[in-house]
Amino acid sequence: MIIYGVAILAFCYVMGQLAGELLGQLIGVDANVGGVGFAMLLLILFNDWFTQKGYTDRLTEGGIQFWSQMYIPIVVAMSATQNVKVAVSSGLIAVLAGVVPVLLCGAVIPLLAKLTTPKTTEQHGAYRPVS
Amino acid sequence: MELIGRFLEKNGLIVAFLLVGLLMYLSEILSRRLTNRKIPGSAIAILAGLTLAYWGGLYSGGEKGVADLKIFSGFGLMGGAMFRDFAIVSTAMGASFTVMRQTGWVGALSLFLGIVLSFVGGVAVGLLWGYTDAVSLTTIGAGACTYIVGPVTGAAIGASSDVMALSIAAGVVKAVVVTIGTPLMARSIGLNNPHTAMIFGGLMGTTSGVSAGLAATDPKLVPYGALTATFYTGLGCLACPSVLYLLMRLVFGG
Repeated sequence: MIIYGVAILAFCYVMGQLAGELLGQLIGVDANVGGVGFAMLLLILFNDWFTQKGYTDRLTEGGIQFWSQMYIPIVVAMSATQNVKVAVSSGLIAVLAGVVPVLLCGAVIPLLAKLTTPKTTEQHGAYRPVS
Repeated sequence: MELIGRFLEKNGLIVAFLLVGLLMYLSEILSRRLTNRKIPGSAIAILAGLTLAYWGGLYSGGEKGVADLKIFSGFGLMGGAMFRDFAIVSTAMGASFTVMRQTGWVGALSLFLGIVLSFVGGVAVGLLWGYTDAVSLTTIGAGACTYIVGPVTGAAIGASSDVMALSIAAGVVKAVVVTIGTPLMARSIGLNNPHTAMIFGGLMGTTSGVSAGLAATDPKLVPYGALTATFYTGLGCLACPSVLYLLMRLVFGG
């Protein structure tokens, strides 16, 4: 049933967000720390577990797939509700304070990606020096 | 006329489904006819959304873009944090746990680096504009992280309201720049695999910018970027008013 999929997704969402709120309170900040991240991990674990147990139902899966297909339309609606006027009209300093960090971080990405790419040769044991 | 207005307002969410659907259909046609699919339809739709938001803000004088107009109020619900987060979580269905586990520590490193670099960038711009006190500089630097970290930090350390407004504006600019800029810079920063997407999410941090930017670049990358970005605002709210503020006081006094 479609609703089972939606309910599983809702369960992951509620648990994850709750964990995020609690973690935020625990470390003393007034924000949700990683709620969506925890929810995603929970959903991945559920998905793995169900597949291993052989509980796969196309309709149940459809209840989750529907929402992931709705993701881009929701993002479009979200962009239509951003405070773009403030971003455009608050002057050069706000624009620069928004642009400079993006450029700075963007420049670091290739470096960080290169430094941290998993070394496939070592992983598969193809290359191991004899000592 | 008034009857229609009231009707649209009463059925806000469903009207938003209809209008967003139309918007995406038109964007898809534009993408095919004008750009030969070089610019994806979703990117055009997101850009159109931002333009609508600007027009809505000008027209109504509010802060929530097009949602401040009564007949478009459903956009606020459809594009609000609840639906957005729910949809982001659902994208995890297509993500690989192995990749996430392998990249986990890099994600943490990129989060840390992303907050510090954004903060430093914001502070540098603040200095350039003649702010010299630790409180204002910290607030502007925090705003350069996300538009939530800015006001949270400013309120915690007692910044003036114009600096707080500035920090919010900087965060909003960042979200918009990441949204538009991600597809443009994707090729030059090698953003075409889950590994880089997780680093990207941690470095940029703005959930709305990262999720919209990756959606316009390659929807398969969304869960990876979103996973790390979701920790950013919380960690920023933790680090900016504490460690980073203390460091700023050491450097600038106050």
